[in-house]
Amino acid sequence: MKSVILNTVSKTLLPLLILFSVFVLLRGHYLPGGGFIGGLIAAVAFILHAFANGLTETRKLLRIHPGFLIPVGLLLAVISALAPILVTGEPLMTGLWHDKDIAILGKIGSALFFDTGVYLVVIGVCLTIIFTISESV
Amino acid sequence: MSEHLTIYPIIVHLLTAILLLLFWMKPQVQRYISILGSAVGIVIAVLLFQRVWENGIQSVQLGNWEAPFGISMVADTLAVTLILLTNIVAFALSIYSTETMVSSRVKFGYYAIFHFLVMGLSGAFLTGDLFNLYVWFEVIIISSFVLLTIGGRKIQIEGAVKYFTLNMISSIIFLTGIAMVYGATGSLNMAELSRIIPEIENKGLMATISLVFFIGFGVKSGVFPLYFWLPASYHTPPAAVSALFAGLLTKVGIYAMIRVFTLIFPLGETNQMILMIISALTIFFGGIGALVQKDVLRVFSYLIICHIGFMVGGLSLFTEVAIIGAVLYMFHDIIVKATLFMMGGVFYRIFGHTKMENMGGLMNNYPRLSLLFAIPLFALVGIPPLSGFWPKVSLFSASYEQGAIFMLIVFIFASLITLVIIAKVWNKTFSKNPTTLPRQKNLRYFDQFSIREKAAFIVPIAMLVGVTLYYSFFAEHFQLIATRIGEELMNSEHYYNAVFKTKEVTEL
Amino acid sequence: MEILLAIMTGVLYAAGIYLILRRSLVKLIIGIVILGNGVNLLIFLMGGLVKERPPLIPEDGKMLEGVFADPVPQALILTAIVISFGLQSFAIVLIKRAYKVLKTDDIDTLNKTDDIT
Repeated sequence: MKSVILNTVSKTLLPLLILFSVFVLLRGHYLPGGGFIGGLIAAVAFILHAFANGLTETRKLLRIHPGFLIPVGLLLAVISALAPILVTGEPLMTGLWHDKDIAILGKIGSALFFDTGVYLVVIGVCLTIIFTISESV
Repeated sequence: MSEHLTIYPIIVHLLTAILLLLFWMKPQVQRYISILGSAVGIVIAVLLFQRVWENGIQSVQLGNWEAPFGISMVADTLAVTLILLTNIVAFALSIYSTETMVSSRVKFGYYAIFHFLVMGLSGAFLTGDLFNLYVWFEVIIISSFVLLTIGGRKIQIEGAVKYFTLNMISSIIFLTGIAMVYGATGSLNMAELSRIIPEIENKGLMATISLVFFIGFGVKSGVFPLYFWLPASYHTPPAAVSALFAGLLTKVGIYAMIRVFTLIFPLGETNQMILMIISALTIFFGGIGALVQKDVLRVFSYLIICHIGFMVGGLSLFTEVAIIGAVLYMFHDIIVKATLFMMGGVFYRIFGHTKMENMGGLMNNYPRLSLLFAIPLFALVGIPPLSGFWPKVSLFSASYEQGAIFMLIVFIFASLITLVIIAKVWNKTFSKNPTTLPRQKNLRYFDQFSIREKAAFIVPIAMLVGVTLYYSFFAEHFQLIATRIGEELMNSEHYYNAVFKTKEVTEL
Repeated sequence: MEILLAIMTGVLYAAGIYLILRRSLVKLIIGIVILGNGVNLLIFLMGGLVKERPPLIPEDGKMLEGVFADPVPQALILTAIVISFGLQSFAIVLIKRAYKVLKTDDIDTLNKTDDIT
């Protein structure tokens, strides 16, 4: 199924959607958004690309196997969850916050890294599932 | 660092699983990581056990949110003992899997999922929050689905469909119960619920909710009308997987049942009656089912159901002695059932199948192996002084003291039918002469194994048999642990105080 | 509104259970999905309905004031949805595979695992 319109749109939408997903990820702590939603949006970007250009193109674009994102994201999330134990001796998943605001990102804390981990895991899981299903058709 | 020991059993297996995922394509490396991770798991479980034994119930509030608002992780004696046993079984199975799991299955992520499953079990034992318990249950279920279907043989897929459907429905029922509890009380923290629920006026609603939970956990533990997924699926996956399932998955349902029906909804007379009848029916149908089966693994599957009846029965009597008996039985059952299915794997490698008609002659051909295998089988029957005997003493005396002659008869019936079943298994597999069948071409048989491969099969079995023997001859240690568990379970203020840190120290 | 949603929950449960009792594998999965949605709606209802008061702290405030929607059921539902997403995608792969291997969609013919042989 090749469609010129979908093809063109998907190429423009891919970077836009990924940018939007990062935006949603970053605003997630106090406002609606977060790692899970962001990850889903990013995954949708790639799935749309796969729809328009075929799975092999998307795989080439991704370079790494999406399954690889799962352990990386998990590791990031676990480390940020363990950070309070290692740093201040507070229980697992306690929020650690940097005092000063940083441009664009706002306040940096362990929650952001946790969310980033979730973001990566969600992308990895979604793409792995969708790719597996569509490959076996 | 060390004051957060409570959550480390979860973290260890999570980190191991992540590490395994990173070494996705290297089966040999994965095998070593898995064994190492499980070994660390045992060490941490021992440390945690020691700490709980010395300092009473430990609790951690995740994210430093105070008790009823955040998620509490609570390690009481029951939870840590189960975690210790889980880790021992996991360690034995990591070794056992080195030879039984072919590399293609390892590349499918067998070890990573295996550790996710153990992580889910540890989490389910430790959590002090009902919804969190649901989440851990789902972790367990998803992992077990994958483990069940790895390999994708026809019969595996068919078993998985049944397993999947019933477990999904049970999760949905459990979640319905959680929604009702939240609607009625506005809290999901188990410790807080133990204070709120007795004060609620609407007893009928509470009784209904408790039965919704019973159905949810009942499917998971495989009690009478809800067990059909178990014998349909447990004999289909590779031996290492079914050993893990047999040892631990049903027990986590029983654990949840014991926790919820002692802490949150202490059993009333009606519910006790229901549980008693269900326990009796579970024992009866499990036993009869095991009697008519002709495949060793399926006999063992039905035996799991039959013996779940002991634990439910112990819970239904709801006295301290009976709970001690149920808990002791659970400890014994975890080890022995895992051993049985590992033995099933060895049978498969010796005969190339697990049909009892064509098996036999083990005693003549493998005398030392037969001696090793005899111990768990006899322990299951409860021949003194082996491990099955001690919990039965508690259960029998509890039912006698309470005047529950019905339960006494049920327990005796269960012991007898187990004896008959084990005698049948012994006759058909160990002593009679085998019919020799043509060998399968693409299966390596036990007598073709090198010493190393044989060791990978036998050493973990011997390890677990060692634990059984320890349980048998040092039963007073387990009795001591179980006594303390009984006291903790029957007096919910210990649990409450540990979670809310009301400054009376929770020494016993 | 609450009455309406309560009836809706009931309808979802009934539809889910009805579909689970059918003989087709696909209907089974759809039934489980619908049942899952029914549960989510039930959790949502159990928190109590509060209109147009999201549990968000205003820019100039320090804490929530007045009546606001209970955030806990929403968090629970989000978790439940994520979990059921994972399970359902697994289920779909499983029944596809089951259809390929067993060559049937009829649940009544799935009785190989219960043969006594």
